[in-house]
Amino acid sequence: MSLTLDLELIGLTKRYGHTVAVDAISYHFSAGTYACLLGPSGCGKSSTLRMIAGHETVSAGSVTLGGRDISRLPPAKRGTAMMFQNYALFPHLSVADNVAFSLKMAGVDAQTRRTKAGEMLELVDMTALADRLPAQLSGGQQQRAALARALITQPDVLLLDEPLSALDPFLRIRMRAELKKLQRELGITFVHVTHGQDEALALADEIVVMNDAKIEQAGKTRAVFEAPQTAFVARFLGSHNVMQMPDGMIAVRSDALQFTQPDAARLPGTITNIEYQGTHVALTATIPGDQEVTALLPDRDFFENPKNLGEAIGLDWDAGAAHALAS
Amino acid sequence: MRNNSVIGWLLAAPLSLVLLVFLVAPIVMIVVVSFWGATEWSIYPAFQFDNYAFLLTSDVTYRVFLNTLKYAAITWACTLLIGFTVAYYLAFHIRSLTWQVALFLLCTIPFLTSNIIRMISWIPFLGRNGIANSTLISLGVIDEPLEWLLFSDFSVILAFVHLYTLFMVVPIFNTMMRIDKSLIEAAADAGASGWQTLRHVIIPLTKPGIMIGTIFVVALVMGDFITVRFMSGSQSANVGRMIQNDIGLLQYPSAAATAVILLVTVLLLIGTLLRFVDIRKEL
Repeated sequence: MSLTLDLELIGLTKRYGHTVAVDAISYHFSAGTYACLLGPSGCGKSSTLRMIAGHETVSAGSVTLGGRDISRLPPAKRGTAMMFQNYALFPHLSVADNVAFSLKMAGVDAQTRRTKAGEMLELVDMTALADRLPAQLSGGQQQRAALARALITQPDVLLLDEPLSALDPFLRIRMRAELKKLQRELGITFVHVTHGQDEALALADEIVVMNDAKIEQAGKTRAVFEAPQTAFVARFLGSHNVMQMPDGMIAVRSDALQFTQPDAARLPGTITNIEYQGTHVALTATIPGDQEVTALLPDRDFFENPKNLGEAIGLDWDAGAAHALAS
Repeated sequence: MRNNSVIGWLLAAPLSLVLLVFLVAPIVMIVVVSFWGATEWSIYPAFQFDNYAFLLTSDVTYRVFLNTLKYAAITWACTLLIGFTVAYYLAFHIRSLTWQVALFLLCTIPFLTSNIIRMISWIPFLGRNGIANSTLISLGVIDEPLEWLLFSDFSVILAFVHLYTLFMVVPIFNTMMRIDKSLIEAAADAGASGWQTLRHVIIPLTKPGIMIGTIFVVALVMGDFITVRFMSGSQSANVGRMIQNDIGLLQYPSAAATAVILLVTVLLLIGTLLRFVDIRKEL
């Protein structure tokens, strides 16, 4: 039995009547990992998170933390803490009281509560706003308060349900840097549910791509991005072109596509769109089989050898850049 | 600018007129009449404090007001307990919105019949040889019929609770439906037991609804006279009955003075309640 606080899902299943929301998924999160559950809405990622947290009953299988089966324990006894999508701060309590709520429930005296809550608020840089009500806080401040509230129980695993979705794009990028920094400082496992691939790539050490109640592919973030195994994963992570070739489907990263003369290339194509993106230029081309591919060229390469709309081109790539996909 | 303010006044005029005619004018009239004088056979306009002096020095007035407050307090406690429980069950234990609405409508069905009929139908049930007594006797729980079931404070309060619980259920249910369900989960996540969640999350967030229900119930019970008359068999008195008696004796000035004192009492009561809870966001 391992003493480390690894989180493990074993054949975890959630059924609602006849619909299967999570279909016997198994995965091992090493202690101290920042993991993202990534997938489109309705793929079962939120149900998975809620089963880990204990807000959803487990239909079959189990969740273990440090070798201890926690799948039937009440939420507060699991060693997990959850940060909710809309933060779920108690609107009638001040920030400090929100943070100290779990201590109050545990019967801790007022003095200790205030000290502990103060420490947590300092950790998330919210000391000055301790007496505000949640309604008087901005989105980012609410998130910090919710983080402090979740962390005060000293969880071994922090569960985050789409924590950044309620923020505007600018704040989202700032808060995600803060999340990452906090996770590094605390060294505990973060399991973060999101449908944004950029968020997952930016934050996660490991990603678990889910689709249709199953894990489509999981592993180190870079390993998954470098070698997607299915068309779904390649498409969902973005920056990949999924192409139907005579010998099966392949995925090629859009920055690995090269343009050559039409007759010397692996595939002929016609340019249908050119989009200037500053550092890059995105070229969309149609290839045989009525498929569309997007190539990302560094702006310098493009403007040294500009292309026009409707121009016939040849598409080429290094043999190593193509990944065969399971159909 | 000038034009705008004219339009503003015109837009506000119809409602102001309605309030003026149906709310302000009658109250002013009652206040005016409360200063009039009366003899056994006539009423005469005057400005004298006789009515108030008589009321405020009479022992009966205080006893009746106290009795009215007692009815209001006990009815409030009972309707709050039942109303909160029903609303809690509907809002947090019934999962589907369809069932919530269906059960909620079910609660309101008895209110489609007349007040008086619902009240009077208790009489054969609670009477000396009524269903309640005969059932208890046949079950061997009691040997003799219970006398306090009907025409007593018990029956008055029972009828009040029966009549007015819905006025507590509706606003509380409404407030509860606005509580974000993830707050309950967040409380569970923080280790709160069911009771702790109720005490520290649900009740504080339901306070405005409780307050609105309280205002309804207190105002209705304080102003009632017919329930007390029927259910106490004219053996108990409340302020409403006192006013009704005066009117029956054509002592309008005295009735008006009692009404003014009642109005002031209720306003003070509600004003005090509102100091504790902010209901603005519910309105």
